[in-house]
Amino acid sequence: MTSVVATNQTILVVGGGISGMTAALEAAETGKQVVLVERNPYLGGRTIQLYKYFPKMCHPTCGLEINLRRLKANPRIQVLTMAEVSGIRGERGSYSVSVKLKPRYVNENCTACGECAKAVSTEIDDAFNYNLGKTKAAYLPNDYAYPQRYVIDSSIVGTAEGEAAKAACKYGAIDLDMREEELTLNAGAIVWATGWKPYEAEKIVYYGYDRFPNVITNVEFERLADPHGPTGGRILRPSDGKEARNIAFIQCAGSRDENHLRHCSRFCCMGSLKQTNYVQDQYGDAGKSTIYYIDIRAIDRFEDFYAKVKANPNVKFVKSKVARITEDKDGNPVCNGVDIEGYHRYANAHDLVVLAVGMEPEVNGVSIPAEVMSDSSGFIMADPANAGIFGAGCATNALDVNRAVQSATAAALRAIQVVNKVARAEV
Amino acid sequence: MAEMKTAAYICKGCEIGNRVDVASLVKVATKEGKMALVREHDFLCSAEGVALINHDIDHEGVTHIAIGACSRRAKTEAFNFPSVAMTRGNLREGVIWIRPDTEEARETTQEMAEDYVRMMCAEVKAMKVPEGNQKTGTIKTVLVVGGGLSGMTSALEASKAGYKVVLVEKTGALGGWAAKLHMRVPTREPYTTPEDNGVADLVARIEADANIKVYLNARIAKTSGAPGRFKAEIAVESGVTATEDVGAIIQATGFSLYDANKLPHLGYGKSPNVVDQAGLEALAREAAAAGLPIRRPSDGKEVKSVVFVQCAGQRDNTGEHLSYCSGYCCNASIKQATYFKDSNPDIDTVVLFTDLRTPGNGEDFYRAAQNRGVIFSKGVVSEVLANGNTCTVKFKDLILNEDTAAEADLVVLATGAVPNSGPELDALNEAVRLAEGGDEVARTQVIQMMDKSVLNLQYRQGPDIPHFMHGFNDSHFICFPYETRRTGIYTTGPVRRPMDIAQAIEDATGAAMKAIQAVENAGLGKAAHPRAGDLSYPMVRLEGCTQCKRCTVECPFGAIDEDEKRFPLFNESRCRRCGTCMGACPVRVISFENYSVNTVGAQIKAVDVPDEFSEKPRILVLACENDAYPALDMAGLNRNAYDPFVRVIPVRCLGSVNTIWITDALNGGYDGVMLMGCKSGEDYQCHFVKGSELGRYRMSKVYDTLKSMNLETERLLDVEVAITDIATLPARINTYAEQVKAMGPSPFKGL
Repeated sequence: MTSVVATNQTILVVGGGISGMTAALEAAETGKQVVLVERNPYLGGRTIQLYKYFPKMCHPTCGLEINLRRLKANPRIQVLTMAEVSGIRGERGSYSVSVKLKPRYVNENCTACGECAKAVSTEIDDAFNYNLGKTKAAYLPNDYAYPQRYVIDSSIVGTAEGEAAKAACKYGAIDLDMREEELTLNAGAIVWATGWKPYEAEKIVYYGYDRFPNVITNVEFERLADPHGPTGGRILRPSDGKEARNIAFIQCAGSRDENHLRHCSRFCCMGSLKQTNYVQDQYGDAGKSTIYYIDIRAIDRFEDFYAKVKANPNVKFVKSKVARITEDKDGNPVCNGVDIEGYHRYANAHDLVVLAVGMEPEVNGVSIPAEVMSDSSGFIMADPANAGIFGAGCATNALDVNRAVQSATAAALRAIQVVNKVARAEV
Repeated sequence: MAEMKTAAYICKGCEIGNRVDVASLVKVATKEGKMALVREHDFLCSAEGVALINHDIDHEGVTHIAIGACSRRAKTEAFNFPSVAMTRGNLREGVIWIRPDTEEARETTQEMAEDYVRMMCAEVKAMKVPEGNQKTGTIKTVLVVGGGLSGMTSALEASKAGYKVVLVEKTGALGGWAAKLHMRVPTREPYTTPEDNGVADLVARIEADANIKVYLNARIAKTSGAPGRFKAEIAVESGVTATEDVGAIIQATGFSLYDANKLPHLGYGKSPNVVDQAGLEALAREAAAAGLPIRRPSDGKEVKSVVFVQCAGQRDNTGEHLSYCSGYCCNASIKQATYFKDSNPDIDTVVLFTDLRTPGNGEDFYRAAQNRGVIFSKGVVSEVLANGNTCTVKFKDLILNEDTAAEADLVVLATGAVPNSGPELDALNEAVRLAEGGDEVARTQVIQMMDKSVLNLQYRQGPDIPHFMHGFNDSHFICFPYETRRTGIYTTGPVRRPMDIAQAIEDATGAAMKAIQAVENAGLGKAAHPRAGDLSYPMVRLEGCTQCKRCTVECPFGAIDEDEKRFPLFNESRCRRCGTCMGACPVRVISFENYSVNTVGAQIKAVDVPDEFSEKPRILVLACENDAYPALDMAGLNRNAYDPFVRVIPVRCLGSVNTIWITDALNGGYDGVMLMGCKSGEDYQCHFVKGSELGRYRMSKVYDTLKSMNLETERLLDVEVAITDIATLPARINTYAEQVKAMGPSPFKGL
């Protein structure tokens, strides 16, 4: 059984992406006890599925390494992975929280030696790569995974493959009898940092995401560019593995749209500008990017980055909301629409279309098991009545990484204010 | 302190036992490593293995342990023995995982493992358990400089967490920029209608808060000390100077509007009917107070048509005006447009923009303005002409692709934000240098620049926080937005980066979080980010110091001053423990208890360097522990093999690399040295700001030494490494190893 020590002075952080990790670390480094609950088998969230960050073109895993080192060095944080909050009772200063833990089928004896994976041949979709590739059913979710511990996929539990994995482990780390368990723990305050999900591209019917293999999303494109992704970092189009040299980026795919997401997702303009750099880096002058946009929202100092991309002759900007995507006889996606600047109709064929899909709060449509105020887009709003549950990061707004971390730092303080009050009352 | 008793543990798990001869490793640890106790174990990270180590600590008096197993990055929960000095020899990721499992590789793999055992034994003997800085400051009061919306928010939030606050405002009233606003952009659902500016509420709460002490008409005359023990002298206009002891500082000094007088082509100064956003707010407040519609300044007639010019003097690529976007002005103009539409829907209200930027729910506000009848037109304004009581706005309509013009009673220029961030330190320090040499012009410049100083820090490296891009006091780090280069001093609000009110509220709350954390950790002698909680700190042996000042100049965080005798004066709680001072010191008198010239030097010396006839070169790799070392580990995880002749030592930062390590290695017969550090220069990725840059600068000097030793300069290679170079880094090592082999053995072997 998993055991967790928690009191009314403990801060519970839900979500182990960069916002949740930040809130947990900032609170723990101020001397607070923290329990960090993450749904995935590893920490890092969506940021570590990005190849690079704008505007520095640096690697998200670099910051993750620092955060993991802070975490490893800090005895005040208890991490629960494959865990989800299923119920919250009580009130500010004294919550009782139930947490469901999915079985990993691997215990803390695991050394990440990899013998179990060698013994297994079943492959499953690789969720870390947005299912663009396969991974073994006994797997380490990614190279940076923390805890550095394998996962046995439930599909091979009860099969010969599962037994083979177990037999291959010399350390008694594989426990195929693990069952889902439920814990109840106390917390004085809760930080809700469950992040975002990419808007479901198939809902934008006229872009044919589910009909045309060469129409992909911005988050998938990150995995294609990443040397640790399914193509080893080569930008190849899904239909035929051909080098994708002429790429269209469609902005506001599902954002700023009354039929989809009303809000502007903020990060996608910079995301696409960044991705044109991937094309340039890989193909040089043979790589061509076209950005179809309504407004380029390179806000504040990001303007410098936009200016640099604009100066690249291999990147073209078309002010237009693409009306629809069709496919030509060679399997090339064709963008159809009207260029608003001068009103020209166009039908441009590309090797690959990347939909800059927006950010939907992960909490949208999923009920948080407690009273939390949300706005009409589903983002958590600050509650003027000030309960003890605080949103952080992209659960509260469409934010880039930098702003998400700011928000998480603020949320950590709000939680500390509550547990400090509890502490003062208990003295 | 108890006498040193050493122990080495060799793990045989994860195939280590099958791939290398562990009995030989035990012999090496005993005979050469001279460890008092040496144990091998099949599965050291198991509960039983950990219990064995704990037993030795508790009952055998072991004080120093060296664990030869997996990387120091793995199994950290198991190998956690805070009461003793500990090091880890990387036999798994660093040896068996990066070597092929073949008969012919066996000998060199074994030699590699033996060297890592020698190194860990040598290192641990040179280490001490950090005792922690005893000279801590325990003051927990937070100083907030700037009484605008950001500063007030920081003050209230810190107070709410139970901390005392001193709030210093240079004007006679709290409120700052927000107080000048008629209304503010909505911060809550439904995001359609401007809301109260919120200042009165904050001011009332501050006045009612016994934790917050406010100084108005006051400036910071002097700030000295360090986190936990800052002393701020506050000069009040009345002539009184107060001194406050504080533990951390939040600088919330806000912004000024870009000076519209620099935009005569947009009509400012030529017609009173051309105003900036502040001018429009004043008109709106005046009108609201009088219960009248907004009137044009020239003749007091009601405004019937208004044009908003976005990006006035911003996003400018001529180099004349601001090159950046101020982020908040699109929403601010939309808000101002609604002032007109809400008072009279017939007022012709046009916003001219190139990219309208209303992120998040600002989109709802934008739509609400469109529904009110505000016209948004994509166009670039070339000129605004004064035309009696009206103005002619000439612009290129980007949609119709034609030059056109609009007549308006009032033109509002969205001019953007310039941070109130104090003098730029490089320019100031240069002027100070010239002034000290007698340059009168420079002396005047210094006085002018110092007049802008916010904090007046009594720091060797200058009076304020170094600027980042465009004069903002932002952090360079995407993942760590509050990292300034002055420990315990945080900036917040629009002085940090252009931001709107909703963001400033979040930001100011976050800054209060960091300030509270700083005072708590300073009181415990613990380091701040990124080595949070580290108790080690630099110790200096002053009797050996030559007063060369390199440490005081190079510290990326301004932690070191000079005392009256010109010796370095370390302020431990300003220190971030990167070791740049240690790397800089030419006489090697600076060290940490657990990381020193000796802990690394001893490892370099411990490696067995075969003679020139063996054809077994030795290449020393000094790898930054933040990015390069993890990349090497993950190369191991992926079984990406690299050359067996390298010996890797992790370093805190390239900046901590003392050149003695390199010259000692080459003198000792190593054939090559590779330095692996993070990207420096523009877009640097060094977590200690300047560490990798300084490290590289110093290495360029080593090339001269190599020449004087008659060695090829290629024997030293500096590589820029990113954490993702998991596949490419082994390839670069192998290429370099081939180069080294081609150069032939070092002539220093066996000397």
